[in-house]
Amino acid sequence: MSKNDLILNCEGLYKSYRMGATEVKVLKGVDLAVKRGEFLAIVGASGSGKSTLLHILGALDTPDKGIVRFEGLDLSRHNARQLNNYRNKTVGFIFQFYHLLDELNVLENIYLPAMASKSILGWIASRRWAKNRAKQLLNELGLLERANHKPYQLSGGERQRVAIGRALMNEPKLLLADEPTGNLDSATGNGILEVFERLNRAGQTIVMVTHDERIARRAKRIIALADGKVKT
Amino acid sequence: MYKFVLATRYLLKRRITYFAILAVALCVFIVVVVMTVMTGLVTDFTQKNHSFTGDCVVGTESLVGFPYYEDFINVLENSEFIQAVSPVIKSYSLLTLRDKDFNLGVEIMGIDPVRHSQATDFEKTLHYRKNDASKAFSPSYDPNLPGCILGIDLLMERDSKSGYPYPSSPYELAFSITCFPLTAKGALAKVGAGLVNTQTFYFSDTSHSGLARVDSSTVYLPFEQAQLLCGMSGPIKRANCLHIKFKPNVKLQDGCEKVSSLWQAFLQQKKGLQQADLLAAVNVQSWKDYRRAFIAAMEKEQAMMIVMFGFVGITTVFIVFVVFYITTENKRKDIGILKSIGVSNADVVQLFSLFSFMVGLLASCIGILSGSLFLLKINKIENWLFEQIGFQLWDRTIYAIGDIPNQLDPMVLLIITCSAIVACQLGALLPTWQAAASRPVETLRVSRL
Repeated sequence: MSKNDLILNCEGLYKSYRMGATEVKVLKGVDLAVKRGEFLAIVGASGSGKSTLLHILGALDTPDKGIVRFEGLDLSRHNARQLNNYRNKTVGFIFQFYHLLDELNVLENIYLPAMASKSILGWIASRRWAKNRAKQLLNELGLLERANHKPYQLSGGERQRVAIGRALMNEPKLLLADEPTGNLDSATGNGILEVFERLNRAGQTIVMVTHDERIARRAKRIIALADGKVKT
Repeated sequence: MYKFVLATRYLLKRRITYFAILAVALCVFIVVVVMTVMTGLVTDFTQKNHSFTGDCVVGTESLVGFPYYEDFINVLENSEFIQAVSPVIKSYSLLTLRDKDFNLGVEIMGIDPVRHSQATDFEKTLHYRKNDASKAFSPSYDPNLPGCILGIDLLMERDSKSGYPYPSSPYELAFSITCFPLTAKGALAKVGAGLVNTQTFYFSDTSHSGLARVDSSTVYLPFEQAQLLCGMSGPIKRANCLHIKFKPNVKLQDGCEKVSSLWQAFLQQKKGLQQADLLAAVNVQSWKDYRRAFIAAMEKEQAMMIVMFGFVGITTVFIVFVVFYITTENKRKDIGILKSIGVSNADVVQLFSLFSFMVGLLASCIGILSGSLFLLKINKIENWLFEQIGFQLWDRTIYAIGDIPNQLDPMVLLIITCSAIVACQLGALLPTWQAAASRPVETLRVSRL
């Protein structure tokens, strides 16, 4: 595997949290490499550090020790602005509880990342493109008729598809999904996984975290996280 | 752009925000109403003092007065910045209603009504001779009798609607005025020295200056007679003060400084002359300084009011703080989501600052609009309350206030609006910074939801 094939790799990641007087070591030297176009599932029991690892990969959190490289660039060397830009354009997050903004409708939730990265003038200039892109995503996700609905008017599966749309809005190179089906029934969860498979077939790199091995098997590669380390 | 969209949605869709808006609007309403009324009262009172005094006063506190005033009047009248000068005798006397067992200690002001009306707004304070000050001391029932003008509150009581029950023509009343003539040395002039100290005057008009203390204690007499009664009409005539009006384009401070310079030169010129030592006690004062004792009390009340509203402002800041603390706590998830899509801490601060700005602006608009409407109708409301339950904000039989002042000052409104917005920004500052500093992984963690 050449270096150019890797989109993401991390070496020797350590992370610990303080819970009262106790220090909980969550990651104890995680090494991971993700290839471009790969659909990777990280499995592990609850509290094994899967979500923590995903947050570190998405620059929502920082490791105590170790290096995360995206396309060869060390994230720890990025300044705050570059990290915000990384979260806005390079990665797309999908959370177990969807995390949509209640005050915005479906269409607005989807184009929010595009709006967030633009000044007022920039937004005026790109507004038409952003709305069209959001509608296109809604169409692909089968939610076009729900464009003006509020999140509370949608089912769990629909909300998660909106969250996927939002994550894809800025055409990120990497999709990070944290238990994306964890709050859905199996039929709905299956629909979400089909969306992931379709995206991956189109070349999208996806890293998905799950505790359910049956779901993980839908990915092309599975790694297990146990006792703060990757088990092969 | 998303900041504006989200801030607007938070404003319109969060019920707790309504409480913040209501609290701030209520504070703005109270401040607008009270400040407008208070500022109106102070402005009105100050204006009345200006109208009563003229622009500048050259005078002495001593009842003895000062000599050579006519010479100084000539000096002043030859100056291009002076419009009018009026000499005034001021003293105290006993007012006795003839043929009645009634007397009262009063202040007397001896004036030439025409000259005094040129230097002050005296003519406008008259009732029967409003447009003809030259006849102010001529009783309409017998113009040959020596007349006197009484401060309105000496003669009649206000009715509850701030009016005076003027009869169609002046009452035919005769008063004995007894003064205490003083020598140039300040001693009481001896009986039998040829000085007159009691004279009968006939009621000719009333003066309503709007200054309660003046209107309830002052009797106006013709200048020469007052001078005679006070022992100031000897070979060297004396007066207590000169009321001066400057030409319209003369600034108050400049005019007073010029009068002061002229007075200093005059003082040098009269040095060594008989009674010239009395000139040393004479001061040159602007009308503001001359009436300082009265105006300052009112201004102090206004300052106290502003301080009290400072405390209202602190309460507003605290209310906004609590509301924003609750709002940002409830919106931690939103902040985490925004950060996960690349929004910076500074953007989060801007978002909530915009939100608090909107709260302040909307609340100010509501407060100012409702305050303005209330002020527009305040006199009607007061009249209605008086008719229904007998309530008056000020008892018009006691206070020299007509309508409640309700003239809105755009500058005051602008200051109140800015203050409300700043109060909202201050109240939101800490919760906003706390929210911006929160770590997204903490707020998005499943265990927190």
